[in-house]
Amino acid sequence: MGATPDVALIEQIVRQRLDEILPQKIEEKLAEIKANKTPSMTIIATKGTLDWAYPPFILASTAAALGWNVSIFFTFYGLQLLKKDISDLKISPLGNPGMPMKMPFGPDWFKGINWNIPNLVQAGIPGFESFATTLMRQTMSNKGVASVDELRSLCLEAGVEMIGCQMTVDLFGFTPEDFIPEVKEYCGATSFLPKAQEADVTLFV
Amino acid sequence: MNFDKDLDARGLNCPLPILRAKKALTEMQSGQVLRIVSTDLGSIKDFQAFCKQTGNELLSQAEASNEYTFFLKRK
Repeated sequence: MGATPDVALIEQIVRQRLDEILPQKIEEKLAEIKANKTPSMTIIATKGTLDWAYPPFILASTAAALGWNVSIFFTFYGLQLLKKDISDLKISPLGNPGMPMKMPFGPDWFKGINWNIPNLVQAGIPGFESFATTLMRQTMSNKGVASVDELRSLCLEAGVEMIGCQMTVDLFGFTPEDFIPEVKEYCGATSFLPKAQEADVTLFV
Repeated sequence: MNFDKDLDARGLNCPLPILRAKKALTEMQSGQVLRIVSTDLGSIKDFQAFCKQTGNELLSQAEASNEYTFFLKRK
């Protein structure tokens, strides 16, 4: 027997054995990596109305409660959610056919009515937005939904990173003094995208 | 069932029961039991998911007259 056939045989055996054990080993290793990794999420918040303030803060606070690392990038109208005082956020039913218009008081039959108010009428009544906002706040309070301010505090308490978009801060003529001091940094898309690339979940709100 | 801490989450809506529970758990020792009472229908699924993800043990859940009671054992 020569040396050459033996080498080929050994190679074949090693190859076979590796094929048998490798998939299992890789699976074990991947499971281990997954178990040790802290999940992470990045959210891009672009809206500055009372209704759209909820999704980023609800998702961020809940993810933080699950032990995830969370960053929110506030850009364009989303910057309103970083203001020191967010008690004046408003909701607009104008041009929003998806929004039910129901009264938060009175007997049940009255609360059940969906007031179908034409856009033209909504636009013509001064203070209609403030009126709708008051009703929305009352509805939320009736249903035990947290205030935006409370959710934001919970996010900060849980270590959610708040990042402001530098370009839109300049665009709208804001200064960092307009915003809560907890804002971690002001940066651009170039700094945010690598963070989003590493994240398990990235959402645009 | 015995418990070490009690959380009244009645009248609170998503995601507050979970956030309050998380806060209560961080103030507890490993192995201690937290009782939570909530009225939010969504909290049934939410507490199952919360426990699955965080590794805290959901010892039991029960419903009585639209109130949901959960017993969580801290990891």
